[in-house]
Amino acid sequence: MKKLSARRRHPLAALVVLLLALACTGGLYTVFAPTDEAQAGTTAQSLAIDEGKKLYAVGCASCHGTGGQGTTDGPSLVGVGAAAVDFQVATGRMPAQQPGAQVPKKKNIYSQADIDQLAAYIASLGAGPSVPTEEQYNPEGADIAKGGELFRNNCSQCHNFTGKGGALTNGKYAPTLEDVDPKHIYEAMQTGPQNMPSFPDTTLTEKNKKDIIAYLDAVNSDDSESPGGLELGGLGPVSEGLFGWIFGLGGLIAVAVWVAARTAKAKKS
Amino acid sequence: MSTTTTKDSRSREKAPAGEKVADWADGRLGIYSLAKANMRKIFPDHWSFMLGEICLYSFIIIILTGVYLTLFFHPSMNEIEYHGSYVPLQGQMMSEAFASTLDISFDVRGGLLIRQIHHWAAIVFLAGMFVHMMRVFFTGAFRKPREINWLFGFLLFVLGMFTGFTGYSLPDDLLSGTGVRFTQGAILATPIVGTYISMFLFGGEFPGGDFVSRFYSIHILLLPGIMLGLVVGHLILVFYHKHTQFAGPGKTNKNVVGMPLLPVYMAKAGGFFFLVFGFIAMLSAVASINPIWVLGPYRPDQVSTGAQPDWYMGFAEGLIRAMPGWEINLWGHTLVLGVFIPLVLFGLFLGVIALYPFIESWITGDKREHHILDRPRNAPTRTGFGVAWVTAYMIMLIGGGNDIVATHFHLSINSVTWFVRIGFFVGPVVAFIVTKRICLGLQRRDADKVLHGRESGIIKRLPHGEFIEVHEPLSQEALHTLTAHEQYKPAEIGPAVDENGVERKVKGSQKLRAKLSNAYFGEDNQIPKPTAEEYKEITSGHGHH
Repeated sequence: MKKLSARRRHPLAALVVLLLALACTGGLYTVFAPTDEAQAGTTAQSLAIDEGKKLYAVGCASCHGTGGQGTTDGPSLVGVGAAAVDFQVATGRMPAQQPGAQVPKKKNIYSQADIDQLAAYIASLGAGPSVPTEEQYNPEGADIAKGGELFRNNCSQCHNFTGKGGALTNGKYAPTLEDVDPKHIYEAMQTGPQNMPSFPDTTLTEKNKKDIIAYLDAVNSDDSESPGGLELGGLGPVSEGLFGWIFGLGGLIAVAVWVAARTAKAKKS
Repeated sequence: MSTTTTKDSRSREKAPAGEKVADWADGRLGIYSLAKANMRKIFPDHWSFMLGEICLYSFIIIILTGVYLTLFFHPSMNEIEYHGSYVPLQGQMMSEAFASTLDISFDVRGGLLIRQIHHWAAIVFLAGMFVHMMRVFFTGAFRKPREINWLFGFLLFVLGMFTGFTGYSLPDDLLSGTGVRFTQGAILATPIVGTYISMFLFGGEFPGGDFVSRFYSIHILLLPGIMLGLVVGHLILVFYHKHTQFAGPGKTNKNVVGMPLLPVYMAKAGGFFFLVFGFIAMLSAVASINPIWVLGPYRPDQVSTGAQPDWYMGFAEGLIRAMPGWEINLWGHTLVLGVFIPLVLFGLFLGVIALYPFIESWITGDKREHHILDRPRNAPTRTGFGVAWVTAYMIMLIGGGNDIVATHFHLSINSVTWFVRIGFFVGPVVAFIVTKRICLGLQRRDADKVLHGRESGIIKRLPHGEFIEVHEPLSQEALHTLTAHEQYKPAEIGPAVDENGVERKVKGSQKLRAKLSNAYFGEDNQIPKPTAEEYKEITSGHGHH
């Protein structure tokens, strides 16, 4: 002990104490700290939430409130889930350009990374449906006919037979489903954006949703065939009637005028 | 065979084969006198006189293609599972009617094209009849002696609507099934008898298992049979009355100026038939109509937005869509005014135009025959009425498609419906006033042209410095054409008291007639056409004016 106390005032004593203290803290840390991986995950998650929160403050907070609690201009986002954010932002609907009966689809200006961060922030506010994996919405191998039946049962009231869209009350509308990304169709069914009711897995199972996506892919995409010729918008008798009047009867009247103008000349006798 | 005939008919060796056939037929059918009387039948030339031909030919096309379709269509509502070649419906339960229509579309050779020709021809047929009716209406061709033929035409239009509707319902697809349900609703809304008629028509509760086969009989037999008879009657009357013509030099109320039926009109009409057929076939090859495969089979628990009837029923659809959903509950019975009033309006609205010839002849009191057509401007009140009717019809068509209008013009469907509600009452009034003004303006212009000639665009400076525009006098023919129409004098009730100073009894109907007559022909309701005296006075004095 004397030796120790004698060297108490040695110039290097402070350094030794410091090294000891550091080693001690480091040791304690390695003993008590959680595993490395989990540590990194939490950081990334909190980082995404933080970044998402910043994006949220810029693009969303003016209507949905600073904490996603909602204001008179926009609903609360607590519990809407990441799927809702991915749908609304990736289709350009959110952030909304202006208030109105319904927020239309427009060009999306966020990168997928931005959207994921926003989604992470909103998901952190309360549990909700998460973004579906490709396996969930990929229409490969699904039952098209069953999807058609489900579509006519659940969707065509608003979206028309093949998803060409339709009118709702007071300027609201069901948009056309032509060439909508399968992921977004899945998310829309899952979350029920704007005026649409939601169809959670208890109502339409994952397989049902896949079938519907497959049906739409078959009848309402760039690749879908129209065996009868020009589709005329796929809107039914209104566009058919208009086409019949303008091109059908209009054309025939033009032919009649042409025929009548070619009169046989009377023979001189 | 040839040797024996030459031996037998040596005496008539020079008679050509055609003559022999004609001789043979004449001995049995008496066609010689028939042909002699009608071969030189004269038809006047004007493109608008061919509108009826468009209708006739599309009707023939519909019958021909319809026969082909009946060969493959099964009018049955038995439920079967589909295993045809359209993949998105495979394994679905559907009626045999729907499945056989799918087969016609995908598995029968030429089936889809024939189906589309049948449907497009029907659209064109009805549209053609509408325009043909407008032509007859606006030129006053419905006047004596053609009132009955006007009614025949009207009946053809109405029967065409219902034949089209029953045909549209046959495939038993989701769209047409919704339309049948709509009709059943309208039937049910009829007080007292509605339920009975519905039960009778559908053989029980909707949809039952009968309506396709029943509509089939109505669509392919009953209605077309009546229509065919009416078409024949319509044509016989056209022959009997002879065709009307526009006024012009050499054209009187007692002659027809034009070309003979044979050979000119036979060639023209025959050629026109093929033009119409070809045109409709081309249309059907290019544009899809009623793609039932995407609509899916009918199930009463399903419905789609954008469910409209074909255009000719669109105006009925509009009446229902625009009507507020009123209803009265009395002693446990419901009177659905929201559907019943449109149903009544539908009948009244069509009835008014059907009875118009009789209304007009009562107002004018004219019992003479008319074979010279009016120019629409020379009958401003009639023209105004016609345009008002068409306006109301068109507004209701917008009403029938209010959802499509709303989505495509980015409007609120409620605003569109309110526009239709107000427009149905205001639109015709505005249209009437505007049309009448335009007609009167055109009459003034005609009078001005007759009296002062055509504006030549040549500016002349007179010696004292005045600038005038030189007007060229019209030719004699043009003068005749512009002044050939006759103008009625408004009917008068006569003096209020008779020669003894006693108040005369005037019937209410007479007073109404005088009022209407004044509205048609009174001062300010037609521009007096220039008289010969006026013309002479103006043209004799100064060379220009």
